[in-house]
Formats: sequence, structure tokens, C-alpha cells
Amino acid sequence: MAEEKDNKKYTTLSIPTPLAEKIKKRIKGTGFNSLSSYVTYVLREVISGMEEEEEEEVFSKEDEKRVKDRLRALGYID
Amino acid sequence: MAKPHGGRLINRHIKKNSLDTNGYKKFEINTNLSEDVLNIANGVFSPLKGFLVRNDLENVINEKRLENDTPWTIPIILDFSKKDINGISEGDTVILTNNEYGLRALLEIEENYTIDKKKLAQEIYSTIETNHPGVANIYSLKDVLIGGKITLIENKNREFDEYNLTPKETRFLFKEKGWREIVAFQTRNPPHIGHEYVQKTALTFVDGLFINPIIGKKKVGDFKDEVILASYDTLMKHYYLKNRAIMSILRTSMKYAGPREAIHHAIMRKNFGCTHFIVGRDHAGVGSYYGPYDAHDIFAEFPDLGIIPIFFRSFSRCTKCGSVVNDKICPHDQKYHINFSGKKIRELLNQGKIPPEDMMRKEVADTILEFEKPFVE
Repeated sequence: MAEEKDNKKYTTLSIPTPLAEKIKKRIKGTGFNSLSSYVTYVLREVISGMEEEEEEEVFSKEDEKRVKDRLRALGYID
Repeated sequence: MAKPHGGRLINRHIKKNSLDTNGYKKFEINTNLSEDVLNIANGVFSPLKGFLVRNDLENVINEKRLENDTPWTIPIILDFSKKDINGISEGDTVILTNNEYGLRALLEIEENYTIDKKKLAQEIYSTIETNHPGVANIYSLKDVLIGGKITLIENKNREFDEYNLTPKETRFLFKEKGWREIVAFQTRNPPHIGHEYVQKTALTFVDGLFINPIIGKKKVGDFKDEVILASYDTLMKHYYLKNRAIMSILRTSMKYAGPREAIHHAIMRKNFGCTHFIVGRDHAGVGSYYGPYDAHDIFAEFPDLGIIPIFFRSFSRCTKCGSVVNDKICPHDQKYHINFSGKKIRELLNQGKIPPEDMMRKEVADTILEFEKPFVE
């Protein structure tokens, strides 16, 4: 997976050669044009599911009332 | 409900409007840029806090992602002529204004830079032909781009604001309604039977439907904004459950960037809290610049988008089935299929005629015909 590109936008990772060979076989005929693009895809998929939720924005009482009043006035809630 | 794109809903409204803006240089911006400012401030463009700086823009062009790897496909950029910004430096703060919208916003200038317009057009629109409206817009950009955070100071109320909910408000509303999974439907037209079929098919599997018409600049011959909204009000009143569907507008300019714009549209709906997004045939396309399903295929590049696309290829009325069908469920020959032609419906309405009921609900057609001039002239 040695695809160093300029500006350090890419880095090199090491994975076991047999795994790399398996992946190369697996991606033949798919839309993935390289081992790197496949591994990037899989890692993005995995990491997006693991990303910690940032603390949900808590509405202040005042905020909540303002939003509720507007939604009610516009007929979105009863 | 979907998490905001990038993990946090952006709010760039000034905390207390006691700022004395007299000492700042002011720059009048056009209405499209004003919409961008409002969409940044209200979190529609989360995680953007301002206009793109060079590294982010280059990454959007080359990788369809921001520099931090967050999916982002459309450049949100602010252009100025060299003459306009004479004497302005990186690190300065200026005020952006728009008289029509009564808009005032602070802009912290992080960077000013130039860009290869031809490359920008080619990568974003896959063409450099100036007949493409998006390409024409790129070529008309002024010389210098300015990147930096904005903070909205004020803007005035506008027409259709009663339909205009911010992501903060839709998220609150979805929660109030107890909706966990919400499908978004984008539109620029009054609803025909095919649209209703697509919306209701998707709604069957989730908790709520978010109808989200794009409102703004239109071409001659398009339906007027008020006609689109009134026709949807009528459809929803007669044919939708009140606790399962809501409508709110989105003010943003169409870029006609086809597949890239489909991703952008999905991201905006994710920020409103939607978990699913309906993508039809030739979504956000223009002319024959994109393949009919390019806007479907591009989603395969984004396993980390955080909103699920629901693809519809085609739908029509099958006279054999006696119902609306799509290409996955109907075995009958094309000769039994009647397509929902927006053009045909428009022609009939333009002549003051009610389209057949298997094309458009009578109540919807009646509503449209109540307008003396339903089309943009």
C-alpha cells in the first residue's frame, strides 16, 4: 500500500502480505482501482460508525420556548 | 435522527447584537452569497463555519472532501475583485451586507487566494462548456476568493418565512413528533401522482416525511414558488397524515452539478436531521451533461456520509397493473406504461386544463389553476 503522494495528504500503512493479496483478488472487477482505495473505503466505513457523538446541543429553557412558540405559531405542532 | 454532518450543528449567529459596526469596511454581496451566509449561520452547511479556505477548496475539488476528510462536494466560496479588497489583509474583519435581505454578517478573513477556474469547472461540473449554467457561474467569478468564518449579525424577514425552518427547528420538531427515521424529498415542482408514489413508498419504511422544496431563482416557464407551496399544502391536507409529513423550504441556489450536487443535497438534509434522502433520475442535472444515474453511483464513494440514499430509477402508471409502478416491480411491457410527464402536465395547466387524475390529483390541479399566472414569465 505504498502510495505516497505530495503534500503529505497520504501516508503508508503496513498490512500482512497475504491479506493484501487476498484483497487484490477480491477487488478485481469491482469499482476499486487499487488496494489503497479499497482499504480507505473500508476504514472510512468503520470509523464513521465508531465516531463518538459530540455532545448533543442542549436547548436552554429560553431557546426551547422560542422554538416551540414559533413551531406552534406556524402550525407545525399543536 | 441523523447526527449533524461533521458531528456538530453549526450556529454562527452573533451572541449579542451590541456590536458597533461603524469601524468595519462593508461589502455588498449578491443574493446567492447571502443565502450561503444564512445557510452557514443556521447550520444547513454544517460543519462549515464560513467560506472555504484554499486547502479545503482544493480538497473538495480533488477528493470531494474537506481537508479533514469530511465528505463535501460543492465549493462554498466568496469572490471579490482585486480592486474591491484593496487595502484588506488576511486577519482583518469586514462586514458583508445585502440590502435586499437586510443582511449583515461579520467575515474574518483567513485567506485570500486565486483559483484555476477551468480546473474548478472541470472537476465540479465535469465540463468546461459555458452553456452549462454552473460553469458559466464559475467563469463569472471575480479574481480573488476569500476564505474565513462568518458570524451573522442580522437579517430581515422574507416571503415564505412561515415555511422556513432551520435545522435546529426541524430537529426539535422531529423529536417532538417522535420521529427517529426521517426521509427527505427535494422538489422544485408541484406534486404529480409519481412524486406522491415515491414519497409514500419511502415513508412506508420510516417514521416521517420531510418535503423540502428549493425556493429561489427560477427559469422562465418554471412554476412560481407560491404555486409549489400551495399545491403541496393541498396535497398534504387531502392525502397525507398530518403526523407523518411536514414541509419546509430550503433557500439555496441550484448549481446543476448533478452527482456532486446530489451529495451536497443529502448533506444539507442530514443537517436538518433526516436519516434518508430520495434520489431520483438525473438528480440536479441539466441538459445531457450527466448520465441518468450518475447521481446514484456517486454515493458508493461515501461510506461515511451518514445519510442513507433511497434511489428511484423510474416510475410510471402501468395500465395492466392498474397502479403506479417502478422498474423493479412491474413485469409488463413498456407499451402498457404511461410516464409522468412534467412537460405534458405543464402544457395542460398552461392551457387552463385539468390533467388526468392518474397524472395529478384534481385538488392539486385546481389549486394551481387558482393562480392567474402560475408560471415564471
